[in-house]
Amino acid sequence: MNDRVMKSYRFREEREADWQALDRIVTRAEKRGVKRLSDEDMLALPRLYRQAVSSLSMARSISLDQNLLAYLETLCARAYFFVYGTRASMGARIAQYFRRDWPDAVSRAVLPTLLAALCLFGGGLLAFILTWQDPEWFWTFNSGWDSRNPDAGYDYLRSTLYTEETNIADMLGAFAAQLFSHNSTIAITAFALGFCLGIPTTVLLVYNGLSIGSFMAVFFSKNLGAELTGWLFIHGVTELFAIVLAGTAGFMIGGAVAFPGKRTRMQSLRDTGNQAALVIMGAVIMLFLAALLEGFGRQLINSDMTRYAIAIGTLIFWLAYFYWPRRMDEAE
Amino acid sequence: MAKRKGKKVSQAIEARREALRRRDMRVKEQERQARRIRPLVTPEGAALNLRVATASERAGAFLLDFSILVITFIAFSWLVAIVFSEMGFRGWQIAGSIAAVVVFLLRVFYFTFFEVGRKAATPGKRALGLRVAARNGGRLTANAVLARNFMRELEVFLPLTLLVMGSEDAVGAWIRLLALVWAATFVLFPLFNSEKLRVGDLIAGTMVIHAPRVKLKKDITSAEPLATAGNHTFTHEELDAYGIHELHVLEDVLRQSTPEIKAKVADRIRNKISREASPTSDDLAFLEAYYAALRARLEQRMLFGDRKADKFDTR
Repeated sequence: MNDRVMKSYRFREEREADWQALDRIVTRAEKRGVKRLSDEDMLALPRLYRQAVSSLSMARSISLDQNLLAYLETLCARAYFFVYGTRASMGARIAQYFRRDWPDAVSRAVLPTLLAALCLFGGGLLAFILTWQDPEWFWTFNSGWDSRNPDAGYDYLRSTLYTEETNIADMLGAFAAQLFSHNSTIAITAFALGFCLGIPTTVLLVYNGLSIGSFMAVFFSKNLGAELTGWLFIHGVTELFAIVLAGTAGFMIGGAVAFPGKRTRMQSLRDTGNQAALVIMGAVIMLFLAALLEGFGRQLINSDMTRYAIAIGTLIFWLAYFYWPRRMDEAE
Repeated sequence: MAKRKGKKVSQAIEARREALRRRDMRVKEQERQARRIRPLVTPEGAALNLRVATASERAGAFLLDFSILVITFIAFSWLVAIVFSEMGFRGWQIAGSIAAVVVFLLRVFYFTFFEVGRKAATPGKRALGLRVAARNGGRLTANAVLARNFMRELEVFLPLTLLVMGSEDAVGAWIRLLALVWAATFVLFPLFNSEKLRVGDLIAGTMVIHAPRVKLKKDITSAEPLATAGNHTFTHEELDAYGIHELHVLEDVLRQSTPEIKAKVADRIRNKISREASPTSDDLAFLEAYYAALRARLEQRMLFGDRKADKFDTR
């Protein structure tokens, strides 16, 4: 018997060069990106890809060479991911995120946003009223380590709101501490736990509201309300908005699990999960900005008026950015 | 005499039983492997067999990535510390703050950055031949990558924080225990579903597949000593002694084992098909010739719709 006439061998001999060519193109694209491919490569790619895919189904039925089959399997999979993968460059993707995806995802989720805001500010209001009437409530909502409590005097409380001497090290320290603060943990956890029907998200938001509300009540009862508001909201607008949005993302996912509608729960979770990811990504960016504002802005700016101006300015900016109606491009 | 013959027969029966038991195990293992395969039909109508990564592969990849993160962080803080330590206490404070910012950035963006990239895999995943893919076979979107990596916060970093956190009293300890159980549910989640999905994969609609790069090696039937192997010819009976499984084992032997093993395998095959070792030909040539002949025979039978799975498969 002459081995050279074996069908699978001839099959391979005829197509091997094309497979190798496809392999080279895909490898180059994986390493250095689509833009580095030459025009000939781009033209050859669809043909080579289709040929490799049909070679694979052919090889499965005529060849018993394990190595050949494994090679074609992975080559086709890699080529498939490349041919049908996303084309946009990282820069274009980031630009699209800020221009369209983020505000779009937020403005579509008005209901969960209102719900999250209700939880956070409702909790805040409740704690504020309770602590206002009876300062003992403060100890229910906060642990004892903070020196800014009902027992502190006016002068001390006032001194915490303004910074006399500033230096870069302190500002950086405040910025870094803010990144790891309680609030950013709460924001990310509020999203991550959303799929338990949103219940942990509710608890976290209300709890966070409670501690802020009781904290504010302490300052208001010492006639430092206006000063505190400036101190808190210069970055608080951005930060609290970020927490609300994180809660929104959590509620979106919780809602998708609880009320999947006509889709299966998994399908609904998947669709909403992708939208919610856009919102939470934005919330992390906002937390970062809030940390910058807190670390640097608040230390450098000690005038109440400027603090209020920045607070109102950021509020208007975020509202306009998210909810201002805009023309939608149909392009992908 | 009769007694001795009986003993020989019973030994043969024993050996056959053992062989069948081993075959059963092999078939079961094959079924287990087959369950990992997720067929994906491309728009051209061809089916790609994607292989779901095992939990251990994913754990390995994560440990690699985690080590990379830790090493990067240590190297970076060291560098920053050197630069700022000139400034005394103030400098250390700045260095600490910068290091904290770096931890934040690495933690949030490391996985996302690499998985959004062209290879859809972090360095750890790449090292183990893994990549992230959309579960429905469509495009892997940046949103999906974001979603799956934000859940990591809950699955990895929250349990880590809980482990590090100290507890003051008995109640604190109980709460910590409950929290650990809660976190363990997420960490162990991939072990309890067939696609080894993390909670993050579930929400993002992704899965991790094992698709290592395979090199195309030379076809054994085209190897050099084939010219001298021309004098090996085999009858159909001799070739029907084995099936596809044995052919694949022989392929592995030819591609990667030592001359001693090759000699042993050649002896066993000669034994099976009752051939004498001829003093003129070497084992390698014999094995290659037998491989080529066996493959030709089995491929031919396969074309006629008759897959002979292994040597036990006699029809």
